Amino acid sequence: MSDTGHEPRHAAPTPPLLAVRAVTLRFGGLTSLNDVNLTVERGAIQAVIGPNGAGKTSLFNCLTGVYTPQLGSIEFTSDGVTTQLVTGTERRRRSKKPHMVSRIGVARTFQNIRLFAALSAFDNVKIAAETRHRTGPVGAMLHLPNAQANDRATDERTEDLLDFVGLEGVADELASSLSYGVQRRLEIARALATDPQLLLLDEPAAGTNPTEKRELEQLIRRINAERDITVLLIEHDMRLVMSIADRVTVLNFGKVIAHGRPAQVQQDPVVVEAYLGSADETEAEGGEEADRGD
Amino acid sequence: MSQVGGLPVRVKRSRKVDPRLVRLFGWLVLGALLRLMTVTTEGTATDHTLVLDAAFKSTALIWWLLGAVAVWALTELWRARKVGSLVSDRTAGARKQWRTVSDRKLTRQLAVLALVLAALIIPNLMSEFYQRVLVDQVAVFVLLAVGLNVVVGWSGLLDLGYIAFFAIGAYTTAYFTGSLPVTPGFRLNPFVILPIAVIVCLIAGLLLGAPTLRLRGDYLAIVTLGFHEIVQLFLVNKNNWTGGNQGVSKPIPHFSINIFGIHYQWTLDSMPYWYLFMGMLAIVVFLFARLEHSKVGRSWTAIREDEVAAAASGVPTVKYKLMAFSIGASTSGLAGVLYGSRLGYINPASFPVVLSITVLSYVIFGGMGAIIGVIAGAALLTFLPAVFQEQNLVRQEDIPMWIGAILVVMMLFRPQGLIPSRRRRRELRLAQQGIADADAMSEAPEGRQ
Repeated sequence: MSDTGHEPRHAAPTPPLLAVRAVTLRFGGLTSLNDVNLTVERGAIQAVIGPNGAGKTSLFNCLTGVYTPQLGSIEFTSDGVTTQLVTGTERRRRSKKPHMVSRIGVARTFQNIRLFAALSAFDNVKIAAETRHRTGPVGAMLHLPNAQANDRATDERTEDLLDFVGLEGVADELASSLSYGVQRRLEIARALATDPQLLLLDEPAAGTNPTEKRELEQLIRRINAERDITVLLIEHDMRLVMSIADRVTVLNFGKVIAHGRPAQVQQDPVVVEAYLGSADETEAEGGEEADRGD
Repeated sequence: MSQVGGLPVRVKRSRKVDPRLVRLFGWLVLGALLRLMTVTTEGTATDHTLVLDAAFKSTALIWWLLGAVAVWALTELWRARKVGSLVSDRTAGARKQWRTVSDRKLTRQLAVLALVLAALIIPNLMSEFYQRVLVDQVAVFVLLAVGLNVVVGWSGLLDLGYIAFFAIGAYTTAYFTGSLPVTPGFRLNPFVILPIAVIVCLIAGLLLGAPTLRLRGDYLAIVTLGFHEIVQLFLVNKNNWTGGNQGVSKPIPHFSINIFGIHYQWTLDSMPYWYLFMGMLAIVVFLFARLEHSKVGRSWTAIREDEVAAAASGVPTVKYKLMAFSIGASTSGLAGVLYGSRLGYINPASFPVVLSITVLSYVIFGGMGAIIGVIAGAALLTFLPAVFQEQNLVRQEDIPMWIGAILVVMMLFRPQGLIPSRRRRRELRLAQQGIADADAMSEAPEGRQ
């Protein structure tokens, strides 16, 4: 571990938005994440890179409560309130439930797009947008005034978001009928609908063409600048990572092997070796257990 | 001999039989089978050939076989001329037009109005036998099916203990009307018991659901099945509370209205009960239709389609599943009050496990997820046996077999049900293409560990 970005908790005047400290995740004998440290400062665009099976998606799954790491802590600080995402005793650890993680302001997309395939693009976003409202079954059945008001407000918000990602034209199309690049953007819109402070993008550029990649880059910049949302992304496209990320963390075999500015990381001999050395391994194993999506 | 991977492989060439002849043979076998099944002569314990004689040594067999040949000829003609695609091409425009018309709000409202009028007027013209069937069978099961649709159709949970809540509703009625050995010391009008039973079943649903809804699919089905057994065994064994197998000790009183100078007493007469059932059904359907197109309904759909993505989008999945489960349970309880009061007498045997499966089959037959489909399915499958019985179309004991056959044929040729919901139909299609999950029952491809 060269520079892991691990700073003592009391040193910084304002705590980072996200602090991952010494997280270890095991599946039986397989260590997917090994003593991973990572901090994400508010307002940053940060990238996690690494060969297949390095544990990148596992890290996201730990952050969003899908997996519970055996060791370490994850802290999310927003509006001066710090929330522990992993709690409990050493014996019995618990992650915050995925929907609670979403509620405190962490949204994500998936490596293998997971939209609600049989619903329209509009409904896909609306479902996420409505989770912010408190409408219950009684309000919905009786059409109580505030339920109706919430519904109208959500409709507007949904339209806004579809506009924002440039999908205003396909609102009524089925999610499954959209092209791959459009589905990626729709998934981002759905993630944005939960009103997050931190957006986790899992390989947003995978399977997109060069034009879509450029649009995606712009979109991520706009999300960061206009919406004031911190972005943490996993990406294999080096050009995209180098141009967009302020900081890059490199994972290999579940360990952080480098952390720093893109240019700096790119020249790090450890990183170069990890990538060159891993080329044939990747083919041989076809992606490891630990990085099999979610 | 052909070569596969460099090795000579012996391929067995079957003699080609014209597929048309194979199909003809199939139709003939079906015709003969149907003849055998519809024969009314009964065999004796010693001579089983009586049935075979009656079935096959009669001219009726020829008619059946001729019928089979006719059906075969028609289907072959249909195939050869590609009538199906021709018809669908010709009617494409009309169907599109129909879809835009049927989507219009006014059309829908008119259709609902027509249905309501039909439900109010037509039963009056029927014989008393059919009126009784409408109340005791059709109305009860339609209400049950509409409730189960929330659980199975909308949130995709397999609930096989649904009738347990029906029993709880009915026994709650019996308790508060003082018909059980154990009494509360006062007697309530069934109308007052309606909300009580709904709340009791809501709580029962929450109690059962809270620990079990973390389970998925088959496991949930087993747990709910067990819950039903527990409820039934309780009703059977707790003699001094429930009357055990003998059932209620005094008849459950009918509904009555005694306020504001209005006095009305429901009696054994079917029609007043029919109107009462329809009133309840109208309220339930109205509320559920709104629920379907609300935040709650959308959240259920999200959970059904991709639970992981739903949770990541901030939908509290367990909470919504619990909500669906208890809303279904309370609808079942509501039906239980009406049923108990209508019949006046209930015992544990009125609520067998198989009834849960029956209601489930009505929901699937009608079209999961579509209220109108579920109503149609339950109404048809409960009314049809009565028609069979009254018209003496088939032998009395064979009725369940025929209903079963209808179900099998339906699932083979129209798995989405009579009138499927559009969402559900799309999901089925996508699931067939391997794109998405059709329900929350199956494990998500890469779900939680």
